[in-house]
Amino acid sequence: MFWLSLALATWAIGWIINVRLSRRPKTRLTGLLIPVIFGLTLIAIWECVVHGLDISKVLLPAPSLIAATFAKSTHILWQDFVQTVLKGALSGYIIGCGSAFLMAIAVDRFPFLRQGLLPVGNFVAALPIIGMAPILVMWFGFDWQSKAAVVVVMVFFPMLVNTVQGLQDTDTMQRDLMRTYAAGYWKTLLKLRLPAAMPFIFNGLKIGTTLALIGAIVAEFFGSPIKGMGFRISTSVGQLAMDLVWAEIVVAAIVGSSFYGAVALLEKTMTFWHPSQRGRT
Amino acid sequence: MLHPEYNAAIEYFWNIENRGHLMRNAGPILTVVAGIFVLWYLGAIALNAGWAWDKAERAGVTLSASELVADTWSQKKPKLPAPHQVGAEIWKTTGAMVAKGRSFSKRSLFYHSWVTFSSTILGFLLGTGLGIALAVGIVYNRTMDMSVMPWVIASQTIPILAIAPMIIVVLNAVGISGLLPKAIISMYLSFFPVVVGMVKGLRSPSQMQLDQMRTWNAGPAQLFWRLRLPSSMPYLFTSLKIAMAASLVGAIVGELPTGAVAGLGARLLGGSYYGQTIQIWSALIMAATLAATLVGIIGLIQRMTLKRMGMS
Repeated sequence: MFWLSLALATWAIGWIINVRLSRRPKTRLTGLLIPVIFGLTLIAIWECVVHGLDISKVLLPAPSLIAATFAKSTHILWQDFVQTVLKGALSGYIIGCGSAFLMAIAVDRFPFLRQGLLPVGNFVAALPIIGMAPILVMWFGFDWQSKAAVVVVMVFFPMLVNTVQGLQDTDTMQRDLMRTYAAGYWKTLLKLRLPAAMPFIFNGLKIGTTLALIGAIVAEFFGSPIKGMGFRISTSVGQLAMDLVWAEIVVAAIVGSSFYGAVALLEKTMTFWHPSQRGRT
Repeated sequence: MLHPEYNAAIEYFWNIENRGHLMRNAGPILTVVAGIFVLWYLGAIALNAGWAWDKAERAGVTLSASELVADTWSQKKPKLPAPHQVGAEIWKTTGAMVAKGRSFSKRSLFYHSWVTFSSTILGFLLGTGLGIALAVGIVYNRTMDMSVMPWVIASQTIPILAIAPMIIVVLNAVGISGLLPKAIISMYLSFFPVVVGMVKGLRSPSQMQLDQMRTWNAGPAQLFWRLRLPSSMPYLFTSLKIAMAASLVGAIVGELPTGAVAGLGARLLGGSYYGQTIQIWSALIMAATLAATLVGIIGLIQRMTLKRMGMS
């Protein structure tokens, strides 16, 4: 009872603080503080409810237990991180985005191909591509190569479609101007069309970050060596070691958010001149 | 896959305005599709040739080029089945089953598609409901806007599919099994595009329109039902399509840890256990068809609704 009332009290206090804060004019500080307070409140409520209702740690471990497990098993988590994120997701992401980018530039030279490829690519991007995972695991074996292959397939089409669309984002006037400067195809591509395509390219890159992580983890459900985040999650669930599963989830959440954040930051520094970025603080 | 930016990608294909564009591009599209099929057949030769040579060597015969090609396109467990093999398998497990009057036997793809479809729809409905409710809250409550919205966005940078096994096992332990656990994963994936789209849509009326409503002495309820909700419809339908595609992915991945009992995801897993590549590919094509159909249906509803509302 004590824990439950504590949960209610935490919720009330958190909410009141946030209501107060949100009535004030919006600044960077409140914009950051309010979500943080909300998140902390949720974690505190979680902790209290787990203790209050005496929920078995097999079902839902308390945040404090998860934190303890996290601190205790950093070497396992690090090993899984290297296997899944660095070897599987990151290499696949670079190969997939890189090849999609080159393909987009190649396709762009042939309008006929472009008109056909854009709708087909969009269609494929909407399909459950993750289903390719078992096939690719069969082709490339259990180790990280197959995970990288899944990631390549998953990020390829969103990246391709976005880049192709981005390369279209210049108007005739701008291209004509380049011609009056006597700029050839490559010069125009480098100085005008690629910069103009940057926001689209970064869209593709941002979509790819989440897809890459999902692809690498889910591919491990179909077979993997005895390390990796997906492997650890599925086996720990079998052993009912939920605290370790949650620790992996925390890693995945941190990796996912910082991967996305890193690409978003790169976008901000590289396309600061673009209207979509101007006026943002 | 579920970022707001994704709208542009999926929406392009299903957009009404692009239909004419698609018609004009029929030639190029068909060329690209034909090119994919050619690549597929060539890939089948390349990937399956090793096994064909192996067999021939053991049998002590030499293969001519045409024999090799014929063999690579008709192996039982090929590395990459040729399109016609997949087509035959799909027909065997759908059309032929219907003809025999056993369209819902456990071996029929219709049965498995139905299992996946039902949890997809349940998750989609739950996700849409949650998404709309959250969006209304966010639009009408400043505190909610500032505290919940960042978390809604952050929630999607977490690879939720990764914890699908845990959700299934935990909910099973609490006594919830069957459709609901899978639907919850679908819900988690599908609520996000709805929230983002609906918030945008509910905020889309201009100041002028809001002022006009005020001059008509409209109350908050009228403002919502007569102005905000109708003007959010185009945004809603766009997000519903993405939500549906995401929901299907969630249902398929949710079926993996249940021990390959039923559903398209189970077919994928079962196929990968026993090396039945043709089965995997047919499940994959079926999933793609299901996705295309469901998203297409929403597109159809969108077209009819917007037409009746005079918005298209």
